Amino acid sequence: MTQYLKSLAGAALVSLAAFSVQAETLNIVHGAVGMDDEILRRQLDAFEAATGHTVNIVSMPESTTDQFSQYKLWLSAQSSDIDVYRLDVIWAPQISEHFVDMNEAVEDIRDQFVPSALDAQTVDGKLVAMPMFMGAPALYYRADLLEKHGKSVPTTWEELTATAAEVMEAERAEGNGDMWGFVFQGAAYEGLTCNAMEWVGAMGGGMIVGEDGSVGINNPQAAAAIDLAASWVGSIAPSGVLNYKEEDARGTFQSGNAVFMRNWNYAYALVTGDDSPVKDAVEVAPLPGGPGGAVATLGGAALGVSAYSEHPEVAIELVKFLVNFENQKMRAIDTSRPATITAIYDDAEVAEKMPFIPLWKPVLDGTTPRPAFSTKRKYNEVSAEFWTAVHNTMSGNGTAESNLAALEARLTRLKGDAW
Amino acid sequence: MDAETMTAPDLSRLARQRKRAAWAFLAPMLIVLAAVAAWPLARTIWFGFTDASLDQLGNAQWVGFQNYLHWFDYGNGQGEWEGVLADPRWWRSVWNTIWFAGLSVSIETVFGLVIALVLHRSFPGRGLVRAAILIPWAIPTIVSAKMWAWMLHDQFGIVNDMLMRVGLIDSAIAWTATPGTAMFAIVAVDVWKTTPFMALLILAALQMVPDDIYEAARMDGVPAFRLFRKVTLPLILPGLLVAVVFRTLDALRVFDLIYVLTPNTDATRSMSIYARENLFDYDKFAYGSAASTLLFFVIALITITFIRVTRMNLERED
Amino acid sequence: MARLKTYGFYLLVAVIVLQAVFPFYYAILTSLETGQAIFDINYLPAALDWSNYRSMLSSGVFGRQFLNSAVTASAVVVLSLVLATTAAYALARIRFRGRGLLLLTILSVSMFPQIAVLAGLFELIRAFGLFNSLWALVFSYMIFTLPFTVWVLTTFMRKLPVEIEEAAIMDGASALTIIWRVFLPLMWPAMVTTGLLAFIHAWNEFLFALTFLSTDTQRTVPVAIAMISGRSEFEIPWGNIMAASVVVTLPLVVLVLIFQRKIVSGLTAGAVKG
Repeated sequence: MTQYLKSLAGAALVSLAAFSVQAETLNIVHGAVGMDDEILRRQLDAFEAATGHTVNIVSMPESTTDQFSQYKLWLSAQSSDIDVYRLDVIWAPQISEHFVDMNEAVEDIRDQFVPSALDAQTVDGKLVAMPMFMGAPALYYRADLLEKHGKSVPTTWEELTATAAEVMEAERAEGNGDMWGFVFQGAAYEGLTCNAMEWVGAMGGGMIVGEDGSVGINNPQAAAAIDLAASWVGSIAPSGVLNYKEEDARGTFQSGNAVFMRNWNYAYALVTGDDSPVKDAVEVAPLPGGPGGAVATLGGAALGVSAYSEHPEVAIELVKFLVNFENQKMRAIDTSRPATITAIYDDAEVAEKMPFIPLWKPVLDGTTPRPAFSTKRKYNEVSAEFWTAVHNTMSGNGTAESNLAALEARLTRLKGDAW
Repeated sequence: MDAETMTAPDLSRLARQRKRAAWAFLAPMLIVLAAVAAWPLARTIWFGFTDASLDQLGNAQWVGFQNYLHWFDYGNGQGEWEGVLADPRWWRSVWNTIWFAGLSVSIETVFGLVIALVLHRSFPGRGLVRAAILIPWAIPTIVSAKMWAWMLHDQFGIVNDMLMRVGLIDSAIAWTATPGTAMFAIVAVDVWKTTPFMALLILAALQMVPDDIYEAARMDGVPAFRLFRKVTLPLILPGLLVAVVFRTLDALRVFDLIYVLTPNTDATRSMSIYARENLFDYDKFAYGSAASTLLFFVIALITITFIRVTRMNLERED
Repeated sequence: MARLKTYGFYLLVAVIVLQAVFPFYYAILTSLETGQAIFDINYLPAALDWSNYRSMLSSGVFGRQFLNSAVTASAVVVLSLVLATTAAYALARIRFRGRGLLLLTILSVSMFPQIAVLAGLFELIRAFGLFNSLWALVFSYMIFTLPFTVWVLTTFMRKLPVEIEEAAIMDGASALTIIWRVFLPLMWPAMVTTGLLAFIHAWNEFLFALTFLSTDTQRTVPVAIAMISGRSEFEIPWGNIMAASVVVTLPLVVLVLIFQRKIVSGLTAGAVKG
C-alpha cells in the first residue's frame, strides 16, 4: 500500500509541475457507496497528498434513476457546486452538452483504453467522459447440480429452458421443493431492458432501435424470444421474478434455490463469498446465444468534467488520475470492477487476487451497447416502452406479437422525423 | 358587560380593528406560502405551456396547449391526437390513483375510528399502546416501503410464510409482482402506514368532546351505538372530515410507496409517478409539467366535490 | 356478558398493537442479522449480532445527521405552529369576507405533487442562497405542514364556544393577548397533535432533503438511510437499513410517550382522564 502511494505521489508530482500550483477545492459526485466509496476516498487522499488540492465526495443514493434527475437539475442550474460527475454508461448522449470535451486532454493515454469503452462516451466526436469501469452480465450456474444430473452448460436459450426445467423437476422430486430453474431481472425497469435485449439479440431479433435509427423490433424472432421468456414465468422461474431486480435474483440463487441466474459481475464476489451456502458450487459462463450469436449488455460508469466547473483543468487532472492504471487495478482487485484499460486483464497480480477478472475479458469483448446513441435524448423513454412491452407479455397481458406491434407504433411516433 | 351596553360606533370600531388584526395575523403565513408554494406552482404551470427541457429550463418557448392536446399530422392527410389528454396511460394512471385513494382512505377512516375509540377509553397501559400505534407513521416512507417489499417478497417474505403456516394459501404468492395483487399490496401498506395519522386526528377530536355529554346520555340509558351515532359522530365530524380531506389529498398524490414497492407498470402507475417519469426520466419536462398541472386540477375537482357533498363548513354561519 | 366484553376489548387492543408493531419488530429482528442469515425466515431472534448498529454509529456523520433532522423538524414545528395559530385565530374567530375562499386556497397548496414543485423550488432556493442549508428544508417543508396545521387548528378553534373570548374582547384585550391567554391553554390537544404530525412529516421527508442538500454533514436521516448500501450498487444491506430505521424511529416513540399526556388532557380544564 505504501509502495503504491509513493509511486502515485511520484507520478502525480510530475504532472503537478505542468499545472497550476494553486490549491483548489473540488467536488466529485460519485453516486456510489460502500466499498466503492471507500476506495474512491483512498484514491482521493493520494491525489490530495500529491497535488495539494482538496476533493470532497458528494454522496448520492444508489438508484441511478434518482441520480439522473438530480444531475439534470444541477446541470440545468449551471451549478458550479459539482466539478466531476460519475455517469452511467448510457447517459453520455443525453447530457453531453453540459460536459467538457476530454479528447485533447487524454490524447496521450487513449491507446491504453478499451476502444468500445471510449466509443460509448463519444457523442458526435466529443469525448464526454472517461470510462471508469465496465460491467457485463454472465450466466451463473450450479456446477454441482448440472454434474449430478448429467447436464452440460447450455449455450442457447432453448437449451437453458430445457436443462433448467429438468434439473428443477429432478431436484423437486428429491424433496427440494423451493428449487427453481432460472432467475433473472424481470421487474419493469432498465434491468429488464438489458435482459430482454439479450434474449432478443440471441434469437436474431436485432436491436430495439438500429444504429441507423430504424425501429426494427417488431419481427417474429423477437416475438419468439419474448414468448420463450414469458413461458419461464411460473414454470422455471418463480412468478415473483416479474418484480425481481439484481438483488432479488441473487438472494434466491445464493440461498441455493435456483439452478441458473443471469446477473452482473458484481454478484460473483458475493455468491462465492465466505458466508454463501453455494460458494463452492457456483461457476460462470457466457450468456446463452442463438442464431443471432450471444449478446451481453454493456454496463459500467464514466467520469465527466462539468462544463460549469470553476477549475476544469484540475478536474480533468483528477479524472485522468482516477482512471489511470494503478487506480483501475486497485478497483479491480478490491471491488471486482472490470477495468477499462486493456493491460489490467493481463496483469499477473490481478489474475492472482481476483481470478475472475481475466475470465470476464471474453464477456466484455462481446458486449453490446444499448441503443443510447441512436435514440439520443429519448433513450430513457425508448427503454421504458420496451420493458413495458416485455413486462406486459410476461405478466400475461397480451401476446408478444401484439405487444411488439404496439411497441413499434409507439416508438415510431416517439421518433417523429428523427431521434 | 355585554354587547347591549356598548354603543353602535364602539362595536363597528371593534369589528374594524379585528378585521385589521385578522389580516395582520394572516400575512406572515400567506407570504411564506406564496414563496414556497405559489411561485413554484406558477412556474410549473407555465412550463406546461412551453417546450422546456429539464437541462435547458432557461430556453423555454411558449407552445400553447401542445403538451395537453394537439393534432399530429403525418403529412399525408392522416394523423392522430397527441398530448397528455390523448394518452391512454395518463387516463389509466388517473383511474389507478382514484381507485387507490378511495379504497385506502375508506379503510383508513374505519380503522382509524376504531383505534381512536379504543384509545379514548381508559385502561392500564394506554400510554404505551398509544405510542405503539404511532410507530408505522413514524417510520420514513422510503424505509417502510423497503421493509414491506422485504416482508412481501415471494421467496424470503415473512407474509407468505405466515399465511402458509396458517394454511390460508398453499403456495407462495408474488404479491408485488402480479398485476392482480400489486395494487392491493400497495393499499395494504398504505393503510398500515397512515391509519395512525387518522386515528390520532380523530382521537384529538374525541378529546375535545366535553365529558358531561356522555354522562347525561349514560344516565338516560342511551345504548352505546346510538350514543356514538347520535352524539359522538356529529361532534367529531368536522375533525374527521378534515382528516379525511388531508388523507385524500395525500393519497391522490401517492408517489414513493409505489415507486419503491412495485414495478412501474400500467397496473400500478399513479398520476405522480406518471408526472415524475416525464419530468425527470424522459426528456419531456414540459409534458410532465402539463401532467402535473392536470393532476392539480383533478385533485382540486375531487376535493371541491367532496367539500360540497359533505357540506363542510368553510364559513361557519352560526 | 360484561366480562366477555372486557375480553373482547383487550383482544381488540392486542390486535391493534400487534399489527402496528409486528413489522417494526421484524425490522429489529432483521437488523440483528448479517449476511446470508437475512434470507432465512424466523420469528424469534436467532442471533444477537450488533455489528449493524456498531458500523452505523461508528461512521461518524450519523450523529450529525441525526442532529440535522432534529433541528430541522423542531424548527418546522415551531415555525408552522406560530404561523398557523395566529392565522387560524383570524380564520376561525374573526368575520371577514373571503374566509372560505382563503381556506380553499390554502388547502389547494396541498394538491400539488411534490415532484412538480421540485424544479421551481430548486430555482428559488438557489436564488435565495439557501442551497445546502437546513433553512432550505425548514422553508420548503412549510408546503405540507402549513396548510395542514392551519386547517386543523382552524377547525378546532371554531368549536370553542364564543363566550370564552367575549369577556376578553370587552375588556379591550388585544388579539394577541386573547390567543395567548385564552386559546393556547385550551388548544393544547390540537397543538400537540398537529405539532407531532408536522414533526414526523418533517423528520421523514426525503425528496426535498435529497435535492436541496449536497454534503453529508448537512443531510438528514432519511437521506442517510437511502445512502446506506452494501459492497456494490445492487446489494441491499437490509441489516444496516433496518438498524438505522430502528434508531430513527425510537426518538419519535419517546416523543409520543412524552407528549401523549398533553394529547390526553381534554378540553374542559381540569378534567383529568386516563
